[in-house]
Amino acid sequence: MKKFLALILALVMSLSLVACGGGSNDAQGSGDDATATGKVYYLNFKPEQDEDWQNLAKAYTEETGVPVTVVTAASGTYEETLMADMAKTDAPTLFQVNGPVGLANWKDYCYDLSSSAVYGELTSDNYALKEDGAVYGIAYVIESYGLITNTALLEKAGYTTDDIKSFADLKKVAEDITARKDELGFAAFTSAGMDSSSDWRFKTHLANLPIYFEYQADDIGTTTAIKGTYLDNYKNIFDLYINNSTCDPKDLAGKTGTDSENEFLNGEAVFFQNGSWEYPALSAKYSDDEMAMIPIYIGVGDEANQGLCTGTENYWCVNKDASEEDIQATLDFLYWCVTSDKGTEAMANEMGFVIPFKGALESNNLFVKQDKAMTAEGKTPVSWNFPTMPSEEWKNGVGSALTAYAAGTGDWDAVKTAFVDGWASEYAMK
Amino acid sequence: MQKNIRKYWPIFLLPTLAAFLLGFVIPFCQGLYLSLCKFTTINKATFVGFSNYVKAFQDELFANAFWFTAKFTVVSTILINILALAIALLLTRGIKGTTPFRTVFFMPNLIGGIVLGYIWQILLNCVLSLLGKPLLALNATYGYWGLIILMCWQQIGYMMIIYIAGLQSIPNDYIEAAYIDGATPWQTFWKVKLPNLMPSITICLFLTLTNSFKLFDQNLALTGGEPAHASEMLALNIYQTFYVRSGPQWKGIGQAKAVLFCILVIAISSLQLKLTKSKEVQQ
Repeated sequence: MKKFLALILALVMSLSLVACGGGSNDAQGSGDDATATGKVYYLNFKPEQDEDWQNLAKAYTEETGVPVTVVTAASGTYEETLMADMAKTDAPTLFQVNGPVGLANWKDYCYDLSSSAVYGELTSDNYALKEDGAVYGIAYVIESYGLITNTALLEKAGYTTDDIKSFADLKKVAEDITARKDELGFAAFTSAGMDSSSDWRFKTHLANLPIYFEYQADDIGTTTAIKGTYLDNYKNIFDLYINNSTCDPKDLAGKTGTDSENEFLNGEAVFFQNGSWEYPALSAKYSDDEMAMIPIYIGVGDEANQGLCTGTENYWCVNKDASEEDIQATLDFLYWCVTSDKGTEAMANEMGFVIPFKGALESNNLFVKQDKAMTAEGKTPVSWNFPTMPSEEWKNGVGSALTAYAAGTGDWDAVKTAFVDGWASEYAMK
Repeated sequence: MQKNIRKYWPIFLLPTLAAFLLGFVIPFCQGLYLSLCKFTTINKATFVGFSNYVKAFQDELFANAFWFTAKFTVVSTILINILALAIALLLTRGIKGTTPFRTVFFMPNLIGGIVLGYIWQILLNCVLSLLGKPLLALNATYGYWGLIILMCWQQIGYMMIIYIAGLQSIPNDYIEAAYIDGATPWQTFWKVKLPNLMPSITICLFLTLTNSFKLFDQNLALTGGEPAHASEMLALNIYQTFYVRSGPQWKGIGQAKAVLFCILVIAISSLQLKLTKSKEVQQ
């Protein structure tokens, strides 16, 4: 009996030793293989572009012989997938973070890109994610959001986009449409759904505006204690959304992102707060003449010169724990993507990206073109400050309070508390 | 034969044991160690000691989640078992169409928790909206009862099958003897059927208790913890600690919570097993 127990224990021990030994052998093995070429493993964040990345990877392999693997995390599970994959022997060599807050988790894994060729291709240093003098991430796509407008419906109501140059104008138009809702047959705004598939449009994107103006007023780029100077304006625009929409504010808690998109596609509402990434979905139904994107006015600052909200929360990072050959292969791949004809063409036309690199091609995305035109007219784009939001938890807190406020089960003070106190307490816990 | 078994049992045991070690014991020990660390990926952990446990205990949301889970477990365990037993008694009476009924009651079990959660969310939200009440995401009480309804609907069928098997294994002689002695159906149920059902009750209680305590999918899909974490159960709270906070220390705190959670589930279920096992009778 004892002998057998000893035998089992011995077997188990040898088994686990074999397992451990096997692991480390693999690691060395892949390093040796890589001396010849090196390889790229990209963990992609955007499911919409999965196919395009696969094609681009194939084209690169055909051209250079360097194997490129692209794996796309399922929507909303990037952080989980990345955590699991980075612990593997064959970890991604290329991954992404969403800005300074996301970087907090991954800083120890990021290769310093300051001497890389791809960093030299950036059009502006603003698009690099820097900390302590090192470049940890490089933005690869610039996006814009605002109020997507159905111009045909707006004309039917007797207005054009030129009539909307401030929050007061927007309020006047929206309330006029609501007053004549039955006669016109459509509402001003699509439902401001507070389901998790849609609430980011308000707890993150819309919340960016009061934060942006506060940063502007205080001349700062980030803070550990937000004051909430412009929260009343945030309330005004949110009130406008929920009271002039396709549905009762009480039902917003259950409305999804798809609901809102479908309402816009079916011509049930004039305005739809969303971004340039919606263009492929919307252009299937509407031509470029029937749509426009206008800035989100909240009644603060120089509204006449306010542009769209333009920025990024997608930064490429290279895994510093990958073998040197793999790192080099990854950097070469990135350089090729943003400089070669094939790479820039695929990123501009197939993926519909505006890339902040010198070799970028003109995109066919209407909203992106409008952003460019507005900037050329001298309007100032509103920068994306939500990467400075303390955590997902903060966003969820604001989202919850907004949902309750919209339904009437909570009041605006709860939103203020979540916004101001939540910000401080979340930063305190970092 | 006996001799051979005595000689070769380790060989038969080895595959399962190896799988158990690799798939459970080793990750579990690793998890214990990680609860004392701060980490982003598990192969790069920094030891920080017991501070994670201190933070886990200080977390008010974790305590709230515990009480919400406890309340949910008590009510759902009782409701599921009573209803399952009642339906099992009904469907062992030999009424017509017993088999289709059993099948239909069992079917909700075949659907995954996430899918059920979303379907019931749409269903309950429609009802609440028609009644002019706040939706699930706005009211924790509705969320709570929504979860209870969902879990009852899903689990009653499964427990019913176990109770039916238990009822059918009671020898007919007992029932007949009780009948001849003049016992009423009520007395037969309490004095004859129930004591003989104790093994099934042990199993069913164990399953419902642990299922309710560990509930995750349905909670995530039906309420997502809204409003403001008020309908968040322990498993979802651990998940949120892992993924919605930024910084490597939160992973360690989440892991510490997971260890506490595991100890809690083991403690409660072993207590329950001990209590109900002592009531089992020998046939």
